[in-house]
Amino acid sequence: MIDIQTKGESVVCTLKGVLDGTARFPASVCGLRHKKLQLLGDGIESWNTDFVAILFNTFKHIPKEHISYSQLPQGMEQLLRLAFQAPYKETQMTREKQPFLEWLGDRGIQVCRCVKKGCLFLCGCLFAWGRQLRGKAVYRSKDFWMILADCGPQSILIVSLISFMVGLILAFVGAIQLKTFGAQIYVASLVTIGMTRIMGAIMTGVIMAGRTGASYAATIGTMQVNEELDALQTMGISRVDFLVLPRMNALLLAMPILILLSDVMGILGGCFVCVLFWEIPLAEYIKYATNSFYLTNFLVGVFHGLVFGLIIALCGCYFGVNCGRNADSVGAATTKAVVYAIVWMIVMTGVLTALCEGLGI
Amino acid sequence: MTKQDPIIRVENLSIGYEDKIIMKDLSFDIPRGDIFIIMGGSGCGKSTLLRTLTGLIAAHCGRIWIRDTDFIHAGPKEKLEIMQRSGILYQGGALFSSMTLAENVALPLQQYTSHTPDFINQIVSFKLALVGLAGYEAYYPSEISGGMRKRAGLARALALDPEIVYFDEPSAGLDPVSSKNLDDLILEINKTLGTTIIVVTHELPSIFAIGKNSIFLDKTLQTISARGRPDELLKNPPNRQVYEFLTRGEQHEKGTK
Repeated sequence: MIDIQTKGESVVCTLKGVLDGTARFPASVCGLRHKKLQLLGDGIESWNTDFVAILFNTFKHIPKEHISYSQLPQGMEQLLRLAFQAPYKETQMTREKQPFLEWLGDRGIQVCRCVKKGCLFLCGCLFAWGRQLRGKAVYRSKDFWMILADCGPQSILIVSLISFMVGLILAFVGAIQLKTFGAQIYVASLVTIGMTRIMGAIMTGVIMAGRTGASYAATIGTMQVNEELDALQTMGISRVDFLVLPRMNALLLAMPILILLSDVMGILGGCFVCVLFWEIPLAEYIKYATNSFYLTNFLVGVFHGLVFGLIIALCGCYFGVNCGRNADSVGAATTKAVVYAIVWMIVMTGVLTALCEGLGI
Repeated sequence: MTKQDPIIRVENLSIGYEDKIIMKDLSFDIPRGDIFIIMGGSGCGKSTLLRTLTGLIAAHCGRIWIRDTDFIHAGPKEKLEIMQRSGILYQGGALFSSMTLAENVALPLQQYTSHTPDFINQIVSFKLALVGLAGYEAYYPSEISGGMRKRAGLARALALDPEIVYFDEPSAGLDPVSSKNLDDLILEINKTLGTTIIVVTHELPSIFAIGKNSIFLDKTLQTISARGRPDELLKNPPNRQVYEFLTRGEQHEKGTK
């Protein structure tokens, strides 16, 4: 039971009986600031911390110097003294909404900073490459081989499977259209040209962005959280040399081989559909596929792959190195690495396609 | 169980990871309302013992009685009930970075009580005020200092009014003043709430400031080599390792036994 009496500038709060989380104070005493509070215990039978929480929240605005305690159970008084020890600071449970113009300005500044940071990182990588060519870059060859094993041989299965399926889908979709002209035999040409020129590279790029790019960002991001990047810096070892170069080199080496594999698997996927579903003889498929294989297309595909490899490695490493220092940041860095890598790959595909068109390749 | 009965009784406990045994034949009692220090050099198995006591890793053999329940062989329901009545403060606070301090402290209350959101907010404000963080409800862990993060972690550990609170290296990474403030807070919590406090540490000032009882884990012997009040262990060290540990190895010649 709670009895409240106001005497001038003082509020006398008498507490009796059983005091628990169901206790309620009159609304008139909530939020008092300038009164003196006298807490009197008068035959308190039992109490718990839920009640103390309610009591504290009712009178939390009153400074501790204005509160006196009398005949309260020892534990309750000690708890209240502890809770009232620091002056209560009003807090906002929700953040104020930023005005639109301020938000726009902030975003603009952030974008400029990101672009600057990205350019500096890119320059740093180019210089590191230069150092590598002169034999002055420091990284462990063991790291390079481990990273190469991860992004090369261990990616073979997924690249093969996805490319086979893409070839299969291309053949299905193409054949349905070509059949209306009685030209389904050209499915072999469609699949071969499509896979070797661009689809093999794009599919490999997307797979590697999701698999390897994300792994780069997560690994380096976790190193950032564990202060390993700081340790590298204090040891005078360049992060770019030590972490970015081996990853970039590994992807640049692995991508052409994976693209070759992807092309072959795509053509096989097309063959599977043509032979089994469209009753095109195997020899005919091979003949048309061979006739449609142009080295230029294949080299254009490989060049795309090299560019994609560079983009994936740079995005993964950039977001890993610039990761924050908590668990959320690693997740955010990983997501950004994949999204940015895919966006930049599509942008570069457009640029390279236009360039090839211009050069007549 | 009376007030004098141990709240935790450990009998012939062997701990370690997979096949590797780190400590064996550990037997000790932790009285209710005690501040119990588990001390020892780096890598001796203090944190492993704490992780075993809190059920994070399985013991190799032995028994841990928490109140009247055999914690090691208890069913999932009983274990959960014991865990709900225990709070843990990890080295870095282990606050969820995507949540505000209020949300962090409210989480166990939302999970295990049927209180209304408004009442939970009141409890959260009170617990944060108890640890000196009144008014910091809307802050994120990344916006406060390491010492404040630990105090917020303590507020979360205290959310469900636990009978036992475990501290893993509470002073690690804190400056001497913050470390002392945290020690004072531990003493206050123990005094006001009567909570049994178990602290894993090798910080000597904290050990002497708060420890009412302790055990010393010896890495070489792989078991407890001393037990008692830390100040008494310093006066009458039972072996050279304990004396060297408690005096930072400065006068080990005198302490050699």
